[in-house]
Amino acid sequence: MPAVHTLDRVVIRFAGDSGDGMQLTGDRFTADSAVFGNDISTLPNFPAEIRAPQGTLPGVSSFQIHFANYDIMTPGDRPDVLVAMNPAALKANIADLPRGGVIIADSAEFTRRNLTKVGYDSDPLTDDSLADYQVHALDLTGMTVAAVKEFGLSRKDASRAKNMFALGMVSWLYHRPTEGTLAFLASKFASKPEIRDANITAFKAGHAFGETTETFAVRYEVAPAPMRPGRYRQISGNLATAYGLITGASKAGLPMFLGAYPITPASDVLHELSKHKKHGVTTFQAEDEIAAVGAALGASFAGHLGVTTSSGPGIALKAETIGLAVMTELPLVVVDVQRAGPSTGMPTKTEQADLLQVMYGRNGEAPVPVLAAQSPADCFDTAIEAVRIAVKYRTPVVMLSDGYLANGAEPWLVPDLSAIEPIDPAFATEPNATDAKGNPVFHPYKRDETTLARPWAVPGTPGLEHRIGGIEKAKDTGNVSYDPANHDAMVRTRQAKVDGVVADIPDLVVDDPGREDGDGAKVLVLGWGSTYGPITAAVRRVRKEGHKVAQTHLRHLNPFPANLGEVLRGYQRVVVPEMNLGQLAMMLRARYLVDVESYSRVRGLPISLSELARDLITVVDEVEGRSNDEIAAELARLRTDEVRDTVEGQHFDTDASQRSAPAGNGRRTAVATAVSNEERQR
Amino acid sequence: MTTTDPQTRPAYKGLAGVPLSLTPLTRKDFTSDQEVRWCPGCGDYAVLAAFQGFMPELGITRENTVIVSGIGCSSRFPYYVDSYGMHSIHGRAPAIATGVATSRPDVGVWVVTGDGDALSIGGNHLIHALRRNVNMTILLFNNRIYGLTKGQYSPTSEVGKLTKSTPMGSVDSPFNPVSLALGAEASFVARTVDSDRAHLTEVLKAAAQHRGSSLVEIYQNCPIFNDGAFDALKDKDSAAESIIPLRHGEPIRFGVGGRLGVVRDAVTGEFAVREVAEVGEEALVVHDAHREDPSYAFGLSRLTDTGVMQRSPIGVFRDVERPAYDDLAREQLELATAGGVPEDALQDLISGKDTWEVR
Repeated sequence: MPAVHTLDRVVIRFAGDSGDGMQLTGDRFTADSAVFGNDISTLPNFPAEIRAPQGTLPGVSSFQIHFANYDIMTPGDRPDVLVAMNPAALKANIADLPRGGVIIADSAEFTRRNLTKVGYDSDPLTDDSLADYQVHALDLTGMTVAAVKEFGLSRKDASRAKNMFALGMVSWLYHRPTEGTLAFLASKFASKPEIRDANITAFKAGHAFGETTETFAVRYEVAPAPMRPGRYRQISGNLATAYGLITGASKAGLPMFLGAYPITPASDVLHELSKHKKHGVTTFQAEDEIAAVGAALGASFAGHLGVTTSSGPGIALKAETIGLAVMTELPLVVVDVQRAGPSTGMPTKTEQADLLQVMYGRNGEAPVPVLAAQSPADCFDTAIEAVRIAVKYRTPVVMLSDGYLANGAEPWLVPDLSAIEPIDPAFATEPNATDAKGNPVFHPYKRDETTLARPWAVPGTPGLEHRIGGIEKAKDTGNVSYDPANHDAMVRTRQAKVDGVVADIPDLVVDDPGREDGDGAKVLVLGWGSTYGPITAAVRRVRKEGHKVAQTHLRHLNPFPANLGEVLRGYQRVVVPEMNLGQLAMMLRARYLVDVESYSRVRGLPISLSELARDLITVVDEVEGRSNDEIAAELARLRTDEVRDTVEGQHFDTDASQRSAPAGNGRRTAVATAVSNEERQR
Repeated sequence: MTTTDPQTRPAYKGLAGVPLSLTPLTRKDFTSDQEVRWCPGCGDYAVLAAFQGFMPELGITRENTVIVSGIGCSSRFPYYVDSYGMHSIHGRAPAIATGVATSRPDVGVWVVTGDGDALSIGGNHLIHALRRNVNMTILLFNNRIYGLTKGQYSPTSEVGKLTKSTPMGSVDSPFNPVSLALGAEASFVARTVDSDRAHLTEVLKAAAQHRGSSLVEIYQNCPIFNDGAFDALKDKDSAAESIIPLRHGEPIRFGVGGRLGVVRDAVTGEFAVREVAEVGEEALVVHDAHREDPSYAFGLSRLTDTGVMQRSPIGVFRDVERPAYDDLAREQLELATAGGVPEDALQDLISGKDTWEVR
């Protein structure tokens, strides 16, 4: 029997050809780890091409999972274990693997032809070039084919189960439970018994191979993470968004109408919502992005909750209709699952560069509330809040997610829906004014004094017939008006209405441990959206090095929380990490005249926590008055520690003081950091 | 929300599910308090008057009537009708109306649009609304010019048109809106003329009878930028020779004393206008608007002049039954909720099947 080592955390990357089933393999390993009780964070990374040319570098698809015995914030900067199903997968990922890392490779795929295809002159599995790593070159294909030969499949079909062989083997290596995957395979392939049996057999064979072979001298254990008691499931951002929208509509007692056009990475929200007609959800796959939002707005006019989901290029096309929704003051939820731009950009890669587009990308003064989710599970709460604001204030609301949140997954304490506050659509039912003759009439733009929201009178309500549209409205009556003073007043009123949403936004809370004792940090790091995970992990690391740094994170980008200016002015330096060229930083500077510093990365990948940590340490050192030489020395020591710790299987963000159960509402906050090739680029 | 029994079915099939008014309505009920602001002599006045006169006949309540328009002169239409309405943005009315129609079976939906709005900037939405057969009646005011922007050529203007943007004459080939609609799988396509109130009303009624999308092209005179574009069809002296009347079940015959008729080549399927005396009465095409094969109606639509308008078929080209998108979408919703939805269904959904307990 191999020795058993106990680890706090492990990062595994499964990589193969885009046809090799790596996403499924990663999903299953994730599910089994979650059920086992580890905290998890994942980062799928796949090409836009459905089937890029086989065996090539652009065709490599990977899935990284970080699992741990404490609450983790990211899928990990670098993997500890790389499973490479072919030479392309090895070549595309090896630079991310630290020295001493484990490589498990399918030697059957390391043929002359496949090696040449990706530019290997000799076989790296045998030519000693991987001497710095622990290499397990195994004939995964051959063993799989042999294991499933009783089912009479062709070699090609039989070899398709090799991902399950690999999964079975890695599951053994890390003591994963197997019941979940076995049940999953039985159900997924129920209609194809020979495929089902082949996959199950391959999975079991892989597990048994681990057990019987002497290939692996050490087997690992990662204990469950302490978590708040309750029932958990794992959830991705797109799924959480769909569930949040359904829940929001349900809490408002409104049927939901989704207008959408297929677009990466938002399409899964359309797919998910189209399954839930039972919950009053109508989904309309429109002829284009414009029709998608148009139909949603029409449905809102008719008294449904209109929703449209898209990504950056689609949001650009919807701009004019969102402006119409601003003018007609109807509830509308617009979900932007951001991807790397501009133009088509990199559709399967993440970015945060649509902030200014959703804030300002419309003609005229057209303010809309903007919210951003900070983790996959947080998409649920954010979507509900978007619905709440849209309905209460009769306004389009933009919810920002991104490609990382959309596809990343984390454990989620399942919420009790009965504990979520209802949303009152407060439809208008009777006239609200009188005409010159004293007859009751309906004024569609007569506003609520507190919220400035106008009444929502839906077709079918007698006596409230009215016309709305894109032309400027006269105050109260809503009739067409070109009066200069009226226009000025209406522009300011629409702005004031959106600004007034701040009344529903809690003050920003800053995590600055020493502050209450008068020993607070001088540097604040402030982020928004999916950078929450990497920033939090980086802040932990900085603190572990003995530095003081404060952290806060914005969910509300418009309007900002009321105390934001005060928070910003409370620190000597404010660092704003973003996956864009400083869009929030620009908004903060414009609004508060505070000299915030932008930390920007636009690599199509989440921000690297180790790189951000080094930057923050530099800033803190500067504030503390350390010399350049002292700073350089500290950074050099950090780099050395990082390599040593990785090799030893221990890691920086293993910080006992942070191993608390998730606080408050039980929302988990594990978000991503880079899978990245940034070490190579530096 | 309505004063009537929602189970009551109106006589008009296209409006099944829309509540009827308990009290008879009049033209006045469909007239808003807004001053109508089209140019003097604009054809839009006539269409508005015909519409307001015809709406009470449908019997549905004002509050269950929704008119959606785009941008252009004709798109001001909703302001003048005292129903629910939206004057939306350029070209998007069919998309917005699709959302209204799909979410509300108890609402009658009209789209008011023009040749620039529906065929140029909004062409995509028009063809897809027709293809889906969403339950709505689309009134396409075709004046063959951009009026609101002061006189540029439109996608229905004839080649060679002299306008502000084409001082040497337009080199753009025009659309034939009826042909376009038929190519987009429209199940109901008709054409009428603004000044012929009786015909206009008759066509609107036929459209209201039709379940699904109905496209009604209305030749409409713009007295400012394209005056007289349809004079040949309107002038008492020339109309008989210019209008090819389409009446279901009747031979297609016109001209002074019925001297002309439409024949179809048995081999090529092409339509042509011939002297009846030459081909004989029995050779004339007997109009069949219910024919499934759209090439029949398409062939008829090709008898329309593409240049300066001298001759055009008027009437219902095609009227066939096909399931409406919104009916089918609602059917799926009903199927999914048949037998009731348990109160905790949403909690069950969100909890999911693969969960684990932390103690």
